[in-house]
Amino acid sequence: MSGLQALGGDDTFPKLLVRNARTIGKRVAMREKEYGIWQSFTWAAYHEHVRDFSLGLVALGVKPGDKVAIIGDNRPEWVFTEIAAQAAGAASVGLYQDSNVTEVAFVIDHCDASIVVAEDQEQVDKILDMLEKLPKVRHVVYTDPRGLRKYDHPALIAFEAVEEKGRALGKEAPALFEVNVRRTTPDDVAIVCYTSGTTGNPKGAMLTFRNLLTMALALDEVDEKKGDDEFVSFLPLAWIGEQMMSLSASLAKGFTVNFPEEPDTVTEDIREIGPDVMFAPPRVWESLVSTVQVKIMDTTPFKRFMYERCMPIGKRIADLRFEKRPIGLGDRIARWLADVLLFRALRDRLGMTNLRSASTGGAALGPDVFRFFHAIGVPLRQIYGQTEISGISCIHREGDIAFHTVGKPIPGTEIRIDERGEILSRSPSVFLGYHKNDEATAATLEGGWLHSGDAGYLTDEGHLVVIDRVKDVMKLADGTQFSPQFVENRLKFSPYVKEAVVVGSNRPFLTAMLCIDMGVVGKWAEKNKLSYTTYTDLSAKKEVYDLVQSAVDEVNETLPPAAKIEKFVLLYKELDADDEELTRTRKVRRGFVEQRYAEVIEALYGDAREVPIDTTIKFQDGKTSRIRTTLLVRRLEHGKAA
Amino acid sequence: MALLEASGIILSFRGVNALSDVSLSVDEGTIHAIVGPNGAGKTSLLNCISGVYRPQRGSVHFEGKDVSRLSPSRRTALGIARTFQNIALFRGMTVLDNLLIGRHLHQKVGVLGGGAYVGPGAREEIAHREKVEDVIDFLEIQHIRKKVVGTLAYGLQKRVELARALALEPKLLLLDEPMAGMNAEEKEDMARFVLEIHEERGTTTVMIEHDMGVVMELSNKVTVLNFGERIAVGPPAEIQKNRDVQDAYLGEQHELEIDG
Repeated sequence: MSGLQALGGDDTFPKLLVRNARTIGKRVAMREKEYGIWQSFTWAAYHEHVRDFSLGLVALGVKPGDKVAIIGDNRPEWVFTEIAAQAAGAASVGLYQDSNVTEVAFVIDHCDASIVVAEDQEQVDKILDMLEKLPKVRHVVYTDPRGLRKYDHPALIAFEAVEEKGRALGKEAPALFEVNVRRTTPDDVAIVCYTSGTTGNPKGAMLTFRNLLTMALALDEVDEKKGDDEFVSFLPLAWIGEQMMSLSASLAKGFTVNFPEEPDTVTEDIREIGPDVMFAPPRVWESLVSTVQVKIMDTTPFKRFMYERCMPIGKRIADLRFEKRPIGLGDRIARWLADVLLFRALRDRLGMTNLRSASTGGAALGPDVFRFFHAIGVPLRQIYGQTEISGISCIHREGDIAFHTVGKPIPGTEIRIDERGEILSRSPSVFLGYHKNDEATAATLEGGWLHSGDAGYLTDEGHLVVIDRVKDVMKLADGTQFSPQFVENRLKFSPYVKEAVVVGSNRPFLTAMLCIDMGVVGKWAEKNKLSYTTYTDLSAKKEVYDLVQSAVDEVNETLPPAAKIEKFVLLYKELDADDEELTRTRKVRRGFVEQRYAEVIEALYGDAREVPIDTTIKFQDGKTSRIRTTLLVRRLEHGKAA
Repeated sequence: MALLEASGIILSFRGVNALSDVSLSVDEGTIHAIVGPNGAGKTSLLNCISGVYRPQRGSVHFEGKDVSRLSPSRRTALGIARTFQNIALFRGMTVLDNLLIGRHLHQKVGVLGGGAYVGPGAREEIAHREKVEDVIDFLEIQHIRKKVVGTLAYGLQKRVELARALALEPKLLLLDEPMAGMNAEEKEDMARFVLEIHEERGTTTVMIEHDMGVVMELSNKVTVLNFGERIAVGPPAEIQKNRDVQDAYLGEQHELEIDG
């Protein structure tokens, strides 16, 4: 159990940073766009910041085994803090920047953090609001002083001030940082990664340097990164996927990580950087496709004409490649023409001109989205894994891609399906356990295998197919099995449907509650001269129901007769993580949603044609708003209910 | 000493008195609000300060200097910047270009030198861009930096206008209804910016505003106008209780409602 030989003894993040500062010190390690310009940090500068901040943390009393919590957007300081904490022997705990105060307080308290590094006033406010309930927190460090001038809380301290303390300590004890770094071992806990969890409180998965680095190296064998690659870090650093790319892979391979200016400027910033490597969950790829589709609806007739001619060619050839069939000369020429006329421009617009390694993970991605990217020449691949295995256990190999699978296990990973159909895995990247939750640890690691909780099977070619969560495979009242998530994903392949919740457990038939995609449906409404005011109003239009029904009909075609969707409603609001209807990674919390919309579900299984709604919704800042409307129940003309 | 001292301003249009003997004294480092019903003369007063109108009587002193006879552009050069009730930006130009135009008066290199973009011209351009980027960062408009102003939502255009005024690096900022026509969220943002300009940059601000909640929350001092006359001046809490103000605003109903 090692797999770290390739690193030649530099087997922790701090050691790798020191190595990189020594060997490639003058190369750019990271960039941050500020004041409209990409500001660079070399590996040497990266190392200096980490050294100063790490000693600063020591000066503030951080000891080996402590935890340092970090909350904020992706910035160099985030990464400095993480490695600085690790160099001091502590573990870093990332928090999602859009978490509300209760979620933030839970994680900070549960992980026993003594120091919280918060980006700006918004995040500092969250912590200070809850400070009374956080007795273990001694210092709150902020990186952006803006708006904090009038704060005089004794726990507050500026990032630079901590670095200053570190420099002072460095003068007294010049060798201390080196000694600390040398003391880190691959089996130290590097990060505690809180998983969103669809039920109950989040659990903190403890991952060691060995876990994270073996993962980065194993993945690299099948999806190579190079030292001069560019990567844009725009997904939460609290997420294991971003940890793997921006930290382990970047440290191990020495590529450049770029931080966007603001969350609003990501698309533009990606275009400016033109990354070689991109890893994002399905929603990002989906939203890119839907942006393209919306823009095409809006563009000049000539461009639309080109798009409508070229896309089918690209898609047809992508399909031939998926099926590993030969591509004729005529097709090759057509593909080349389409590339010159459209795909190059499209890739440029999306910032994907240089993209060599593109992957998606976290949930299933629709075949249409897959086909789209392969059609325009972006080699998108599916990745599968859990936080508990440092992110990844399977990936599509180049030229061996199948929509319905998640590819083959990466080197060093074993996959097995147990008698219940659950996917089990084993590798050096499997985590130590959950922080302060031995019971859950024992259950997850039973028999030495990581229990994923996913149901799946292996194909004859050795590809893994994920069906659904084991506990989410459901039965209708007559015993017919179905996977709501599978149906939901199919529904979401329609550009008009943003979220879908399928109900049917112990019921006579399937029903669905759908949320429209405001951007796409709004555009469609404008084009069809349909006036509307709000999301609620648009969702209640008969025309919109007709539009969505055609999408539901299409999905029904592919479903077995015993488990087709019989009725659906369009919800009056989008499902929202702030209302606890989705997890922070935008997965539906089924139990909660079914409880919250119990009335609607009852109406779906009754004779009602409409449901009156009177409810309040809550925003991130705690404000509420009242909604009163009437939902229509749309019945489809087939099956048991008709 | 007051930064701005307007005294005894009388302004009339063909015999109609817009302002009759109005005085306004703004201390350095404060936010001073001007309130009053429609047609009270608030914008006229602002125009007299910025030099767009020449009052028949009265004087305007800025930093102790009589500026009554100076043109609007000269006053701007001294450090008075403003925004307008109806946005006055170059709609066909990008946000960045609009802001850079705000730096025009600080331009020292001539047309030829600036056009060549070498030596001093280039250095100056870079320095201006730096100032402008600072303002862009301050008002959080990075994502629209290169967008054409005419395509932006109204609330954002208002913010860009404020940005242009800030790009001038003014000592005195005149805001004519900065929050008019905005939704609650945009208003909240704008209020935060006005406060931050005050706190972070220490810029003295004179602001016309209708939303009494905003006025009470933000300003250090309030001047109330009614039919061209100053009917009250004082700290917001006092103004709120003032009988004349309540009459002017609400007629007979003597309860001032504060929202927000």
